Amino acid sequence: MAGTGSGSLPRYIAQRVLLVIPMIWVILTLVFVVLRVAPGDPISAAVGGKLDADALAQRREALGLNRPMIAQYWDYLSSVAHLDFGTTFSDNQPVLRVIRDNGGATLSLTMAAFAIALLVGIPLGLVAGRYRDSIGDVVIRLFGILTYAAPIFFVGFLLQVYVAQPLGLPTGGASSPMTAFLVTPRTHILLIDVFLSGNSDAILDVLKHLLLPAVTLGLLICGVFIRLVRVNILQTMQADYVEAAEARGISRGKVTRHHALRNALVPVVTVIGLQFAMLLGGAVLTESTFNWPGLGQKLVDYINERDYGAVQGIVTIFAIAVVVVSVVVDVVNALIDPRVRY
Amino acid sequence: MRTVLSALAKPFSETSGLARWMLVIGIVMSAVFVFLAIFAPWVAPYGFAQASAHGTDFPKLGHPDGTHWFGTDRLFFDVYSRTIWGARTAIEVVLLSILVCIVVGVPLGLISGYYGGWLDRILVLVMDALFAFPSFLLAIVFSFLLTNIVGGSVIAVSLSLSAIYIPQYYRVVRNTTVSAKEATYVEAARAMGASDGVIMRRYLFGNVVQSVPVIGTLNAADAILTLAGLGFLGLGIQSTQAAEWGHDLNRALADAGSGVWWTGLYPGLAIVLLVTALTLVGEGLNETLNPTLRRRRLLPVLLPARVETEEVR
Repeated sequence: MAGTGSGSLPRYIAQRVLLVIPMIWVILTLVFVVLRVAPGDPISAAVGGKLDADALAQRREALGLNRPMIAQYWDYLSSVAHLDFGTTFSDNQPVLRVIRDNGGATLSLTMAAFAIALLVGIPLGLVAGRYRDSIGDVVIRLFGILTYAAPIFFVGFLLQVYVAQPLGLPTGGASSPMTAFLVTPRTHILLIDVFLSGNSDAILDVLKHLLLPAVTLGLLICGVFIRLVRVNILQTMQADYVEAAEARGISRGKVTRHHALRNALVPVVTVIGLQFAMLLGGAVLTESTFNWPGLGQKLVDYINERDYGAVQGIVTIFAIAVVVVSVVVDVVNALIDPRVRY
Repeated sequence: MRTVLSALAKPFSETSGLARWMLVIGIVMSAVFVFLAIFAPWVAPYGFAQASAHGTDFPKLGHPDGTHWFGTDRLFFDVYSRTIWGARTAIEVVLLSILVCIVVGVPLGLISGYYGGWLDRILVLVMDALFAFPSFLLAIVFSFLLTNIVGGSVIAVSLSLSAIYIPQYYRVVRNTTVSAKEATYVEAARAMGASDGVIMRRYLFGNVVQSVPVIGTLNAADAILTLAGLGFLGLGIQSTQAAEWGHDLNRALADAGSGVWWTGLYPGLAIVLLVTALTLVGEGLNETLNPTLRRRRLLPVLLPARVETEEVR
């Protein structure tokens, strides 16, 4: 099967990675055009009223906002190329520090949500596909539609009222103040730092805080996995090799588990990549619902402060992350499935 | 007229079982919401930003009772009325944004696919970049800009929703145009001396817009969620301008800790029901129009009885 046509694996990977550069360039240009060429003065929007006219002019000068557009565009591209994402206007911080301080919380939230989505979605999709059109199938499909149709903040609201209240679970923040005080920041990812500290009370506290936000965000994307696994199981169960395995007298359950499931799971990798963009959007809402100290929450704060510098920097980083993840997914896909390399 | 009717009936006549049920339930549920949207002033007992009636003020965070079926919220508004008025806002925004998508996306796709060249390349590049971008973030950025320019209103929110869906319409129309412009009927039209404009309007347009309704229905469900998301983040419509479910949920969250469930439950359920309805319609249409998913009703095939013939040999 390997090496159909002229496409070899290293060549495919090299092509795919090189394509990232024009893609990122287009997206950066888009971000710049949308945020900078738009009318209005970013500085007075962010800190107007707090500073007098001279100070505003100084800030504008310092940030290069009075230079011609094309020069600003060039500055923006070259600083991004040097991994400098600018500074925020309202509190004058490098965007990279904002990312370092808040990115960890977003990362642990999204990873936990992915884990929950896979743990719930794959078995349900398997059952729905295996017993097509049964009551179970209908219920599971309905569940899939509902998890998609229910907005994150509504699920979060329900969980806060009907689960967190009776069980006494926390509904805001990533940890209680005591834990945040006790744990020394080493990696700036609280979830890892707390495990490094080895304090079992602190670990429990952080996990308790993580539970509801991760379930909320996980439910949003588990519907996609249910649908995907279900359709794939349906398709692979019709394949000749499955029939052949059954003809050899292997039980249906075993055929599903050993033959159909493996092939049905290949597209899941692709979809994980595609879901990443949706997950980032979902993370913004989840963080806002549970007051989670992540990047999405920070982005909303900066938007409310009309801080163009921060919005531009954070959006740039999100965009680059999405492009990079899509490449990684394509490469991983090419590694597992030889048919992908064209 | 008859062709229009049979085209409308096609999704019903060509589906069976579960698929048909999903479609019917979806259409009925959507129709209820459209009814509420149109007749909101008559169905809702109070206005969406009304805090008193007949000289008495509404209670703050009042428990559901006989006068306020769904209770009242922290701004003294009647939750039942706001939930109904919310349908109007949602449907207004979705219709407006889909209209903008069609008005912008379809001609762009048509021109870009028909003429090709550098314009086509640039447009494809820009649209692909927009499409690759996390759509909710894009909506956030656009509404951030538009509320700076136009102010937070139905129009600003609709335009920011359009920005994220235009690439889909553009892509579909462009790709069908690219393949349709090579067809013989286009060549014939050109041989008869039809200008580019006439070819695009008279010959290509009708063939190219057929997939637009399906994209529209599927996007409508997503648009409702995005609208509510923007409202929840406070980037959409303000409470006194119109009733918006997402924004109401945002205010409800503040009281979730004290066990107030009615301010959030009903607007939330409204979102879930409308999105489910639109998804069911979209899936139902998709199942009839997408041949890879379609499972037609199997009609029993009657083979003619075998005629016993003498063997020739």
